[in-house]
Amino acid sequence: MEQKASLAIQRQRATRKAAAIFLAPVMILLVVYIFYPIIDTFITSTYKWNGISANKTFIGLGNWSTLIHDMNFWIAFKNNMIIMILSIIIQIPLGLAMATFLDFGGKKLNIFKVLWFIPLLMSSVAIGFLFSYALATNGGIFSTISKLFGGGNIDLLGNPKFALYTVIGVICWQFAPFYMVYCMAGYSNISTDVFEASRIDGATRGQYFWNVALPLMIPSLKSAAILSMVGSLKYFDLIYVMTGGGPGTSTELMATYMYKNSFSQFNMGYGSAIAGGMFILISLIALFTMKILNRNAED
Amino acid sequence: MDEIKKSKIKKIISWTIAFILALICLVVSFMPFVFMALNSFKEKFEMLVSGVFALPESLNWSNYKEVISGNFFRFFSNSVIVLAISLTLLLFLSACASYPLSRFKFKWANPIYGLIVACMSIPIHITLIPVFKMTQKIGLYDSIWAMIGPYVAFGVPISVFILTSFMKGIPREIEESMEIDGCNKYQMFFKMIIPLSKPGLSTLAIYNGVNMWNEFSFAYTLTQTAENRTLPLAVWEFQGQYSMNIPMIMAVLTLSVLPMIILFIFAQDKLVKGMTAGAVKG
Repeated sequence: MEQKASLAIQRQRATRKAAAIFLAPVMILLVVYIFYPIIDTFITSTYKWNGISANKTFIGLGNWSTLIHDMNFWIAFKNNMIIMILSIIIQIPLGLAMATFLDFGGKKLNIFKVLWFIPLLMSSVAIGFLFSYALATNGGIFSTISKLFGGGNIDLLGNPKFALYTVIGVICWQFAPFYMVYCMAGYSNISTDVFEASRIDGATRGQYFWNVALPLMIPSLKSAAILSMVGSLKYFDLIYVMTGGGPGTSTELMATYMYKNSFSQFNMGYGSAIAGGMFILISLIALFTMKILNRNAED
Repeated sequence: MDEIKKSKIKKIISWTIAFILALICLVVSFMPFVFMALNSFKEKFEMLVSGVFALPESLNWSNYKEVISGNFFRFFSNSVIVLAISLTLLLFLSACASYPLSRFKFKWANPIYGLIVACMSIPIHITLIPVFKMTQKIGLYDSIWAMIGPYVAFGVPISVFILTSFMKGIPREIEESMEIDGCNKYQMFFKMIIPLSKPGLSTLAIYNGVNMWNEFSFAYTLTQTAENRTLPLAVWEFQGQYSMNIPMIMAVLTLSVLPMIILFIFAQDKLVKGMTAGAVKG
């Protein structure tokens, strides 16, 4: 008996040792590149520091009280929220519509799938550059079309009123195909039996979509919404390249504001406070939404 | 009879509307590419004089020649090196971590898994300043090696998430029979787990590969000189060089998308599946 017990303990120890060896490299990486930096960002946020010189001045919560009263940060946050809401409202239904079209049409519409997917192949940086020229006032796509109909040049990115919505348009252009593929995966999870049964019962395709397919897709649409939400709050590359947050603060985002403060104006203490604020806001919003969505799921 | 005819007409009308909308979508998503490709063949001022959608006067390859004879290959090879090393490390280390998390029974398995997966929603900007400081301190600043650490670390959460659920699906019987043959946990990992996880690993390779290939924030922050930068920053450098020569920039953009387009042509299904791997739950 005793020997058996000690054998079990020995095995358990061996398992634990093996687990530690297998997990150690990843844990070290995460500590070095994620956990430690998060703590360090909060520490740096209590200093006034330009990122280069050795002398940092401890100013306590000074940066944080500046941040709370900084209108530009809250404008950036508001812009992030607008992008988030409009992205969800536009991208997901658009992706769903494209996927539905492809699902109903079958293999012969494959060419649409291929061509619709292509925007997703470009990097955000390349898209940013491409559109800053394609939407230019002089010689851009829209200006060219407007001239064709006798109108003048159209300035989309330079006008503070339209800039943010233009940017959202570009974001939707880039990511709609992602949600298309995502919804197509949702469709392929619905078994063909369900489709056949509803057709035998005499449902039209429209009825099948609204009464059968859509309710079955709700869980995957929910996680698509979370994905789009977290993505919109972290958004950076495309806007940094395309507008740099301008004109004025009309397309400023939390991430671009943080980057400019830290690496253009070399105000790293304040930049860290912005990054910290961004981290807190994103975590709160993510937790809050997941809680709401999970509660609905339990009902 | 009338009913059937009516429903047939209705069907034709709704398909026509759907088809027209689909075509509009197609034009919208494709127009910028036409703009890019068309103008990359033009002379410097030709674009503004003859209009952006006019066909180029002749197929003018000189823009491409100039870009390629410039620094382009340097950017390209930097990207390839960073990608190859980061991806290999990432896949191996993630597989190592997912193995005990999916198949061992120990107290800490769930908390550690939860901690790793929770990192998925962390914005990279909170780590940007400390990683920048760290890179400078250890002397890696402004070299291509600086990118590898962050790329691997930020690829870990999603990779462990997907691989763990993948490895849970490997049948226990194989493991047991190997155990009887006297294999220990380490032999098991290399002889059984890695070979059987190949489909999961290849999906992850595409997902992470595309992300690393297109990554901007770390590459932009951790490097400074042109010869140490990766492909997404090439456009940046060329824009400084040819600020008013739009056709030249369009040529750079076209060249930087080309590898992905080629990959897409040859491995369409795999690429589509891989790029949306992050979206597939479990």
